[in-house]
Amino acid sequence: MSEKQKNATAYWKENLKYLIILLSIWFLVSYGAGILFREALNEIRLGGFKLGFWFAQQGSIYVFVILIFVYVRLMNKLDKKYGYDE
Amino acid sequence: MSVQLWTWILVGITFTLYFGIAIWARAGSTKEFYVAGGGVSPLANGMATAADWMSAASFISMAGIISFAGYDGSVYLMGWTGGYVLLALLLAPYLRKFGKFTVPDFIGDRYYSNTARTVAVICALIVSFTYVAGQMRGVGIVFSQFLQVDINIGVIIGMAVVLVFAFLGGMKGITYTQVAQYCVLIFAFMVPAIFISFQMTGNPIPQIGMGAKLEGGAFLLDKLDALHTQLGFNEYTSGTKSTWDVFAITLALMAGTAGLPHVIVRFFTVPKVKDARKSAGLALLFIAILYTTAPAIAVFARTNLIETVDNKAYKEIPQWFKNWEDTGLIAWADKNSDGKIQYVAGSALEGKKPAFTDARGANGERLISNANNSSNELYVDRDIMVLANPEIANLPNWVIALVAAGGLAAALSTAAGLLLVISTSISHDLIKKQIKPDISEKGELMAARIAILFAIIIAGIFGIYPPGFVAAVVALAFGLAAASFFPAIILGIFDKRMNSKGAIAGMIVGITLMLFYMIRYKTGLIGVMDARPASEWWFGTSPEGFGTIAMIVNIIVSVVVSRMTSPPPESVQEMVESIRIPSGAGEAGSH
Repeated sequence: MSEKQKNATAYWKENLKYLIILLSIWFLVSYGAGILFREALNEIRLGGFKLGFWFAQQGSIYVFVILIFVYVRLMNKLDKKYGYDE
Repeated sequence: MSVQLWTWILVGITFTLYFGIAIWARAGSTKEFYVAGGGVSPLANGMATAADWMSAASFISMAGIISFAGYDGSVYLMGWTGGYVLLALLLAPYLRKFGKFTVPDFIGDRYYSNTARTVAVICALIVSFTYVAGQMRGVGIVFSQFLQVDINIGVIIGMAVVLVFAFLGGMKGITYTQVAQYCVLIFAFMVPAIFISFQMTGNPIPQIGMGAKLEGGAFLLDKLDALHTQLGFNEYTSGTKSTWDVFAITLALMAGTAGLPHVIVRFFTVPKVKDARKSAGLALLFIAILYTTAPAIAVFARTNLIETVDNKAYKEIPQWFKNWEDTGLIAWADKNSDGKIQYVAGSALEGKKPAFTDARGANGERLISNANNSSNELYVDRDIMVLANPEIANLPNWVIALVAAGGLAAALSTAAGLLLVISTSISHDLIKKQIKPDISEKGELMAARIAILFAIIIAGIFGIYPPGFVAAVVALAFGLAAASFFPAIILGIFDKRMNSKGAIAGMIVGITLMLFYMIRYKTGLIGVMDARPASEWWFGTSPEGFGTIAMIVNIIVSVVVSRMTSPPPESVQEMVESIRIPSGAGEAGSH
């Protein structure tokens, strides 16, 4: 395998690692907190909100936005590290 | 000034703006026409994507649906935003690196097969037409309500307006018009929400006001839950759908969002891979402003509605109630003859819509002939919640007119984006890539413009003569996209071993299964069979959620078939490796 290919493979592996972490959070806040575990979370209150309901109608959306911007930052750094930025 | 005058002024100003932009941003080349020349900044692209995405349905119907569905409405909120995470992380950067014009371009090249390209074009056309048919109807409804014209004339005005900016500017014109439309629609959505939030809870931020205390000291949501229980509805914050169905619908909407061709094509318009990631983030940020406000509006409107009408004498009801009654979107039958409106759980009518007679009742209400004998006396159309909200809350006339301008911006921007995808599919994917490869750029541009003209006419006909199933089908466009494109694109990027036979088999099985389920359980086939009842759904999955199952079947079929047949050629494997690396994206369409 050439240097260039090794570099590309290492970059792809780190990229996949980020994807798995970020998508796990994506799944947990929406399908987890907002749907599967909402009954349990509804016992907890956040001001006037039941927590499960809040995740389903507000919280998950905030986390989605943050997730994408975190991804942008991580990937920009990763591009630099492997010399793919332009 | 009257609402009517304000509406004409605001609609006039915004339309002048849109036309000005369309003329300024005329497209001269196919590259400008298809992907705006690939030079749109991430910020502008983010706004344009948001406007493209938020249709009349998001603007007008969504808050109303949530208002009546409570927790169940969460499927739309999470589904239509969470899809952007998938788009940003799994699709946009790679498709931008690939750097062609359309989704069928990617499928055709990645799967080195014109059959794959054709299947993708057909899927794109099915998805886009089901979606756009509903939009044109929406355009017609908004025009007719605010300009007081017939609904069909509304559709025709809408067609003419869309034609001008899509025809002249292509993607470039549409993109910059959509930036303006985003600003108009978000302003129009937020102003009444802020007013009402402040009025009800003393907090001007709707997202916080929704969870705040009312003047009396009780939390707004607790009060609404109590009102719901008292009137026999399910608790607002609990909902009625099964957990599995909520899960399935949310997933189908998310994957569908990420697989909609008119959304994906947006990420071909920015200069670099880096910009594609960033503009997906910005798009979701701009969308999230509306999507986190909508559930707040839903709660305010629901509480206001119940408090204003329940057990109140019809004679003392505010004027807005009677105005909407005149348009047929509210109906009341005084079943127990006490002159008061009783609003409790259950339908007030036989059938779905009120059948008005020409007569007036003892209290001056419009009589209906199809009242049933349940104790609920009130029919309210869900679509009026956003439109009537400013009136219910007694806001100034200019705010009510602003909502009209916003609704029009939302409907037009989405229709224009969709029509462009349809015309691109025809002129680029079919004519240039398959029928007549030696067509000149000028010829292709001409073909694109002719295709858009036909697409608008067909969409307009759907809008004027809506087949009964259109409304039902719009929500299913997501299931169709999830069942066809989404797996083919994801596998094309993340599974190097995926070959043409696997992807084609997967797409065909996926979309056929989805169409079958949709026809069997949702729309029926006119003259042949009626839709089967919910008790026969597979695993209790609604047709809206079935996209999830069809998508999983697509993935399984693709993987199994690809592993049983030969791997893709070396050149394709190299291409997959190259799209996984962000540098050297070049300009879109440089082939």
